Amino acid sequence: MKPSPFDYHAPRELGEALEVLAGTAPHGKVLAGGQSLIPMLNMRLAAPSHLVDINRVAELDALSVETGGVRVGALARHAAVERSPAVAAVQPLLPAALRLVAHPVIRNRGTVVGSLVHADPSAELPAVLAVLGGTVRLARHGAPERDVPAEAFFTGPLESAIEPDELAVSAFFPAPPPRTGTAFQEVARRHGDYAMAGAAAVVTLDEDLRIASARVACVSAGPVPVVLDLSEVCARRPAASADWEAVAAAVRDGVDPDDDIHATARYRRHLTGVLAERALRVAAAEAERVADGRAAVRMSEGVDDGVNHGANGAGEDSE
Amino acid sequence: MSETTGERRYAISLTVNGTVREATVPARRLLSDCLRHELGLTGTHVGCEHGVCGCCTVLLDGEPVRSCLTFAVTVDGREITTVEGLAGPGGELSPVQRAFTECHALQCGFCTPGFLCTVTALLRDNPAPTEDEVLEGISGNLCRCTGYQNIVKAVHRAAELTAEAEGGAA
Repeated sequence: MKPSPFDYHAPRELGEALEVLAGTAPHGKVLAGGQSLIPMLNMRLAAPSHLVDINRVAELDALSVETGGVRVGALARHAAVERSPAVAAVQPLLPAALRLVAHPVIRNRGTVVGSLVHADPSAELPAVLAVLGGTVRLARHGAPERDVPAEAFFTGPLESAIEPDELAVSAFFPAPPPRTGTAFQEVARRHGDYAMAGAAAVVTLDEDLRIASARVACVSAGPVPVVLDLSEVCARRPAASADWEAVAAAVRDGVDPDDDIHATARYRRHLTGVLAERALRVAAAEAERVADGRAAVRMSEGVDDGVNHGANGAGEDSE
Repeated sequence: MSETTGERRYAISLTVNGTVREATVPARRLLSDCLRHELGLTGTHVGCEHGVCGCCTVLLDGEPVRSCLTFAVTVDGREITTVEGLAGPGGELSPVQRAFTECHALQCGFCTPGFLCTVTALLRDNPAPTEDEVLEGISGNLCRCTGYQNIVKAVHRAAELTAEAEGGAA
């Protein structure tokens, strides 16, 4: 239960980190929060010959909130993102999902970008990035940075599009469009465990409060987060009269989970349908509240579209 | 601890329980092992060594973290508080320690150092937690003896003791 020996590198600047990675590829591994990597090192499931510890690269400890979305730097810890009122105001799905990630003590150390790079299909944050259509920014020595969209980033269980000489420097989670609600629902054997099934949902209403767009990303339902567009099944009806059973059936048909010691594939499929429907209903209700709030604000103060509305969702845990 | 011959070692300096401590460790030395073996602070217990049990929880710059999921070299120069640093300067028990004693919140005691560190930070950030907040706060610490009921009671009791102490001081 001790890691194998490795050559340790502790760069202080991003350029230095990229040089070290370029020089050690494909034998280098990046250490950020270490809450997934160090268990793997301790159990010797991973034994990289070089470890590049980015914890001293201060410029990566960044969290910037814009009206367009939230950019999370590679050293931003789960806890910092979870507790940021500005993040909750722009993208409430992030704190809602983060509250389901492991335990508070793990979240003090683990990083959002690290969780994305780890690319566990049972984890919450890859599903959040996938359902929002976010991107991961990758940097490489001597090359321009590149932004990889979520659908191209996650390539398999614990596999992503990141090359051995690349460093994920940040991730971007877009803000929701107007009249949009989000939710995360999951079931785990014990609180803090990886979920047996779960879904992140985003619902956008049209001006008549009918469902214009409905998407989910399902966890533990395939080799990568499984994104399903259920807009057609929702058939532009208001949430109250949508055919939710048809939505759940479409989710069950759209996922292909595996058996394991925690649950059978059949049970996971059933559970994913239930949780996706539940997440979509909560997200639709949230979207209605957001739309109502905006209408009320417009009438009373004459504020036009484009103001920040996500605060309506802040603090609404999806559990 | 057997060492691989020729493995590079790093001189690090940690402020542990208010005292600057120096150690020379290989990069792969876990903070938990550094505290126990290099610095002789065996109050930090090592249970699962992969982040599940919470026994090795210490405070890193005041925030509870798993010392078995942290390399000592990574936290060179930082402040660490272990269970040995929770009591007052004269050795008097902290409110959290007193509450654990009063409420019989430990039996074998193996998990207790991790609980004490976790709960100390929890009550500092949230001096009057609800039942749900207590359960969430200690959800990452496992206890195989108590069944948790007395630990939960102790957290609430520690909140009372802290409030009384602060009320008395004001």
